[in-house]
Amino acid sequence: MTDSDFQSLPPTRRDFLRQLAAAGAAVTLAPYFLAPSFAEARETAAAGAMETALSPVPAGPEAVDVTLTINGAKQTLKLDPRVSLLDALRERLNLTGSKKGCDHGQCGACTVLVNGRRINSCLSLAVTHEGDEVITIEGLAQGNELHPVQSAFIKHDGFQCGYCTPGQICSAVACIAEGHTKHDDEIREWMSGNLCRCGAYPNIVAAINEAKGQPQPALKRQLSSVS
Amino acid sequence: MNPFTYSRATDGNAALSELAAANGQAKLLGGGTNLIDLMKMGVEQPKKLIDINRLAPLAKIEELPGGGLRLGALSRNSDVAEHPLVRERYPVLSQALLAGASPQLRNMATTGGNLLQRTRCYYFYDPAFPACNKRQPGSGCGALEGFNRIHAILGQSDQCIATHPSDMCVALAALEAVVRVQGPKGEREIPFGEFHTLPGEHLENDTVLGKDELITAVDLPAAPWVKHSHYLKVRDRASYTFALVSVAAVLEIDGGTIKQARIALGGVAHKPWRAKEAEQKLAGSRADEAAFRAAADAALAGAKGYKYNSFKIELARRAIVRALGTLAGTPRSA
Ligand SMILES: Cc1cc2nc3c(=O)[nH]c(=O)nc-3n(C[C@H](O)[C@H](O)[C@H](O)COP(=O)(O)OP(=O)(O)OC[C@H]3O[C@@H](n4cnc5c(N)ncnc54)[C@H](O)[C@@H]3O)c2cc1C
Ligand code: FES
Ligand code: FES
Repeated sequence: MTDSDFQSLPPTRRDFLRQLAAAGAAVTLAPYFLAPSFAEARETAAAGAMETALSPVPAGPEAVDVTLTINGAKQTLKLDPRVSLLDALRERLNLTGSKKGCDHGQCGACTVLVNGRRINSCLSLAVTHEGDEVITIEGLAQGNELHPVQSAFIKHDGFQCGYCTPGQICSAVACIAEGHTKHDDEIREWMSGNLCRCGAYPNIVAAINEAKGQPQPALKRQLSSVS
Repeated sequence: MNPFTYSRATDGNAALSELAAANGQAKLLGGGTNLIDLMKMGVEQPKKLIDINRLAPLAKIEELPGGGLRLGALSRNSDVAEHPLVRERYPVLSQALLAGASPQLRNMATTGGNLLQRTRCYYFYDPAFPACNKRQPGSGCGALEGFNRIHAILGQSDQCIATHPSDMCVALAALEAVVRVQGPKGEREIPFGEFHTLPGEHLENDTVLGKDELITAVDLPAAPWVKHSHYLKVRDRASYTFALVSVAAVLEIDGGTIKQARIALGGVAHKPWRAKEAEQKLAGSRADEAAFRAAADAALAGAKGYKYNSFKIELARRAIVRALGTLAGTPRSA
């Protein structure tokens, strides 16, 4: 690979979405699903949301400083206290692996590990995490080597669209560390905080069954067992 | 979400003075799993959030002299559920906690916050609905004539038929826990049965806690017989959803005869519902299905259903019979 290959890396999915919004491509798609006036409003709103995503959210007069470790790297941020940990990761730190499914604690797509424990980052204010150690899906692999749970999800086809997958994998890593994987029913119960609209559940259970028997690498911070 | 100022409390007294100074405009932040959700919905709009998560003394779970247990207000639902002494002495509490929410939410949710979680009544939770006496005093009750499948069948009023959604609290009601709170006037202890209120004049309050008071702990009294206890949750999905009806049951059986019993019901009332009539029926009778049925009938004698929730009356009866049967180890007829 030459240097110029590096410079012409393919656009990321985010770049693509930005271009899509900028070109107004959504307008041509939306009317199939929505009444035109509503579609227009939606489209404008979506473009607006995209704008905010690009420029850092103004912190506002009540801004609070917070220093936390994310995937092993110390980060200091000045944040409006309303910003959830999920939004801080996605919109401020460009760690878009953690997904926003419901934003209300009901789906698990936003699951990350904080001080070794899995939580829903959408219901957690970022400013409350002073001094905490956060691991997201981006922090699980060691260099080019995937985490065993990641490899097992690939091997067992633990996803279809992939939207719930970062949350499923973070949750599964914690589930294994907690020791809640003795049998399929236990795995199902202790993974029930992660919904999958594609219904990849049997394959997710198979992936966890495979991964649980393998040595779990120490993460950037050692996972502590909850029990 | 409305803008607010945020402060990170580093000692309990400072948190209390901040709370008092805010004159009802501040909220304490525990796990945030209910408060942040309600702030996103616009239902709660505090001007200030006082984050109590760093108050380490409140996070402890400690043994009390004489065999009781103190759950600090900041102890997490997952830690309480898995604590060896909770599992050994108060299994109904461990089971109730593990039946609630998800592992992620239980890692966040605190004992204090769980006590104060608000109803999941759709008309309360979404300000797009104009009528809710609890959210907007005097606006009416949307559920009364609306979609009331998850609503109350016991102890309701014509002003509000919301239910208290907690699983943990149903177990705490059966265990006769004590809520310890601290305010500007000092400490007080509130028996669990008196902590949550029935829908009365002040629907906006679900409990007797003052706006300037902080929950410090929940005490579980020493009572070796409550070890024989069980939690049954009936719901629309196998996991990760609130109870339609739940039962916390505690039985002391001696030679086939029930010496004493405690029964509390969830999902049926504005507060965790203690079924004292049922307990009285059980005391002194044989531990058999006939007695369990009589107790269930007594518990539901005053029940009233609405358009979509009348099924809960029979469901609650059967859940009581099933929970008691499981606990007593008696075979069930169909
Ligand atoms: C998707 C979903 C599913 C759920 N399913 C269930 C379920 O099946 N069963 C169930 O029981 N629960 C369920 N829950 C609710 C969950 O148990 C509660 O949200 C949680 O227990 C609240 O605790 P918290 O610490 O997060 O409270 P917070 O959200 O931090 O606070 C709740 C309230 O308590 C106040 N508060 C907190 N701590 C104190 C204190 N020490 N002193 C005074 N006031 C205090 C806050 O000011 C706030 O008003 C579910 C929640 C979600 C989001
Ligand atoms: S986005 Fe957090 S639980 Fe759905
Ligand atoms: S893979 Fe599509 S939601 Fe789970």
